[in-house]
Amino acid sequence: MATYLLRRLGLAIITLLLLSVLIFFAGQVLPGDPARAILGPFASQSAVASLDHQLGVDRPLLTQYWSWISGAVHGNLGISYQYRSPVAPLLGAALVNSAKLAAFALVVIIPLGVIGGVVAALNVGRPADRLISLTGLSAATVPEFVTGIVVIVIFADGLKILPPSAAAGPGASFATQLRYLILPVVPLVFEFFGYIARITRASTIEALESDYTRTAVLKGLKRRVVIGRHVLRNSLLPTITVIATQTGYLIGGLVVVETLFNYPGVGRLLYNAATEKDFPMLEAGVLLIGAVYMTATLLADLLSTWLNPRLRTELSR
Amino acid sequence: MTTQTAGSGQHAASGAPPPLAVDGLDVTYRVRGSDRLAVRNVSFQVAANESYGLVGESGSGKSTVALALTRYLPPNGRVSAGTLSVYGQNPLGMGRAALRRYRSRTVSMVYQEPGRALNPSITVGRQVAEVYEVAGLSRADALDRTGELLGKVQIPDPRRVMARYPHQLSGGMAQRVVIAMAIAAEPSLLILDEPTTALDATVEAEVLELLAALRAEMNTSLLFISHNLAVIAKMCDRVGVLYAGELVEEGPARRVFDEPRHPYTVGLLRCIPQRGQRKDHGRLDSIPGFLPEPGQAPSGCIFAPRCLLAEQRCREAPPPAAVTGPGRISRCYLHAQAASLPRNTPVDLQLGPPPAGPEDPVVTVSELSKTFSSHGERVQALTGISLVLQRGETLGLVGESGSGKTTLARVLLGLIAPDRGGKIMLDGAELGPSIASRSRDQLKAVQIVFQNPDSALNRRHTVRQLISRPLTKLAGLSGAALRERLADLVRSVRMEDRQLALRPRQLSGGLKQRVAIARAFGGGPQIVVCDEPTSALDVSVQAAILNLLADLQAKEQVTYLFISHDLGLVRYLSDRIAVLYLGKLMEVGPTERVFGGPHHPYTEALLSAVPRLDGVATRIKLTGEIPSAADPPSGCVFHTRCPRRLPSGICESAEPPLTEAEPGHLLSCHIPIDQLAKLQARG
Repeated sequence: MATYLLRRLGLAIITLLLLSVLIFFAGQVLPGDPARAILGPFASQSAVASLDHQLGVDRPLLTQYWSWISGAVHGNLGISYQYRSPVAPLLGAALVNSAKLAAFALVVIIPLGVIGGVVAALNVGRPADRLISLTGLSAATVPEFVTGIVVIVIFADGLKILPPSAAAGPGASFATQLRYLILPVVPLVFEFFGYIARITRASTIEALESDYTRTAVLKGLKRRVVIGRHVLRNSLLPTITVIATQTGYLIGGLVVVETLFNYPGVGRLLYNAATEKDFPMLEAGVLLIGAVYMTATLLADLLSTWLNPRLRTELSR
Repeated sequence: MTTQTAGSGQHAASGAPPPLAVDGLDVTYRVRGSDRLAVRNVSFQVAANESYGLVGESGSGKSTVALALTRYLPPNGRVSAGTLSVYGQNPLGMGRAALRRYRSRTVSMVYQEPGRALNPSITVGRQVAEVYEVAGLSRADALDRTGELLGKVQIPDPRRVMARYPHQLSGGMAQRVVIAMAIAAEPSLLILDEPTTALDATVEAEVLELLAALRAEMNTSLLFISHNLAVIAKMCDRVGVLYAGELVEEGPARRVFDEPRHPYTVGLLRCIPQRGQRKDHGRLDSIPGFLPEPGQAPSGCIFAPRCLLAEQRCREAPPPAAVTGPGRISRCYLHAQAASLPRNTPVDLQLGPPPAGPEDPVVTVSELSKTFSSHGERVQALTGISLVLQRGETLGLVGESGSGKTTLARVLLGLIAPDRGGKIMLDGAELGPSIASRSRDQLKAVQIVFQNPDSALNRRHTVRQLISRPLTKLAGLSGAALRERLADLVRSVRMEDRQLALRPRQLSGGLKQRVAIARAFGGGPQIVVCDEPTSALDVSVQAAILNLLADLQAKEQVTYLFISHDLGLVRYLSDRIAVLYLGKLMEVGPTERVFGGPHHPYTEALLSAVPRLDGVATRIKLTGEIPSAADPPSGCVFHTRCPRRLPSGICESAEPPLTEAEPGHLLSCHIPIDQLAKLQARG
């Protein structure tokens, strides 16, 4: 078990290093000059050059990379060009916001998707199955911004029962924050419900058709017990893995939803950093998202290993 | 319910209903919009404490009958006619609660693949205890009873086993658990659906013995379903022979197998090598033609299209069930002449000359070992194997699963590299450890026929492409030479030209295996590894494939390394036998010497484990599980299970060398051969 964890952590570090190289040099390839972006088109060439020198972007690439990565290792992620303040606290605040949105979304999506998938599997080929599968599929094909705008128009502009923006403002109570997050969660539910329901449906059908389910039924167990104890225990394993990998995306990749609902999360922060050529912010943010992804998949793997006796006993040897 | 069919063998005594009465059962599957009859007009009864066998090949409907009895037919299947009665109860008409009670108390089932019948994520103890909980016991009591029950099915250290998950059990152990689960509720009817098919012969023998012992102790009727005639002969009082969904013959098991009265039963029995029959005694017989397409009912007797006795009336109207003796019926107009069914394969097909001389080695394997390492453990799959394969001979490789048979085959093929130090010589030149290090001629020389032709053939290719590939790639043929060799091969495997355009899914299992064989022979090999080539096939098809292999060998002078768990087949086809146990050679010798004895105690135990159609052989018990190859026993690897272990302790401390006990017959045992002869003569 310990060796497994160490190996996974080692792999994660290597992946992050590769990612850092990639994002650093990708930033260099982008057209434009950081000082020019900061000072604007009317600044003099000498002012730009002196700011470039101050920022250190006129040094050789490898030197720049080294000073950046060694700083990052020590927790110093650099100074944002755009905000003229350290990157870390800005990113930290955005991460907390993103985590809130992701957590709320998951709380809604997981039960809906899992129940939808199980109900569809139990009614294979019947109207309930068709309805769930079709709803999930069609909802997933609608882009986030369409769903987002529609719910804003209906619930915020029309009925005026929910705020159009997701940011509740500083010091808002938990309930208020939840209320503000309801609308942004809707497009996410649309996007993920069908996916999770479909995975759950497929693995539940497989478990229902398995020999061990036949054994359970022929023991004379109640249907409720057969499904709860024998079927779901096996059929939800793939779903768990899928959910965990999506968590990474929910935290770092919600550019459209966060922008649309004006929500200060990681996705919007990075989008702005990219447009403003705020390289320290962009690089640190991408590394952070990479780390979140890897943590999420590692947790998913550990969870499914722990739930699966075969893998569990193999690891504990 | 009273019996209406005149020929249903036994009549229910008035009064108590019989444990099982099936009457005029039809089961229909709806496939792509049309109904297909899988079981037609099947009637039989099982008396109290009786063991009734249903025997048939795949597609005969035997498992469908079991599913109907437990009312677990798939959603597209239904009982379309007839009645079922288990102690007077009809499962087909029950409501939910009644059906649950019926399944939990009256009928239970043991399945073919115990590993899959158990839930992978629940401990074994909990799964068995559930049965008691359904019966109303508290969880603690249920677990206590489970412990007792597992002891009863001869599981050592039940408490420890109860805490395990199914994947931590061997196949035999898992099947004991499934049996425990099935008998926990003391059912009135126990259905066993191919309970030993997935197990090794030695484990099969143990499980069958356990079932026989439990049966003597319990008040239960048995419905035993199997394709294996010998298992049915051993376990059952009466037998029903199913063909394409119809019960064609029924009667006391021993009588039916000794003196079959239906041409199908006669043909089936002739497909199996019996009483030490060998390829030089003549060919096995086979049954011509194929099962009727499901849903296509011929107007007359269902077996008529494949029956060499069939007359006009057989094709016109289905024959009624004729009483052919006390308690016996046969659905055949010509049941009296059944025994004179003409052979489909002539007995005296000419045989090639026996292997040229004693010394014409094709392959010489010396000091070959293979160690796998997984999770930091080193598993010794093969240890110090030295073998010689003579040109044109068949070497049979036998041993339980895990003995290293397949590893040896894969090393020979270059699919896995052996440990350093071992050597394989082909025609005097050394064979490289991997495919990449072998020359084209060497690749051509060693070919394989796999167990499962379904997964061995590329399903997107036509038969022509499949067989042509080795001809162009290995033999380097093209143009007219290619066409000629292709036609020759197709004839050799008794296929027809029109089948060249078909793809694997359009072929039956037997035909697919013919394609695989043609493919293996395409490059003109010197040695062909046959890894369980018939174990995925039905008995009637198996015989034809074995005949084909024998013919091709005689014609092309190739050497076979024949791997099979079926010792009857190995004896039929092999000239010499090598016995493997835990990666070591226990015995090598001419087939008749190895089978006839004196033989190694392990060989003795293997042979005695095989159920036989004729009479009951005394079985040498092998106790305990096969030890782990990661931690092999000291001294002789077999000593932990050996029934003839010496009291001196030498077996535990020293490893016996493989020595030539008599000309050509090598044994690895501390007991001298004349001593073994005496011990084994006493039985």
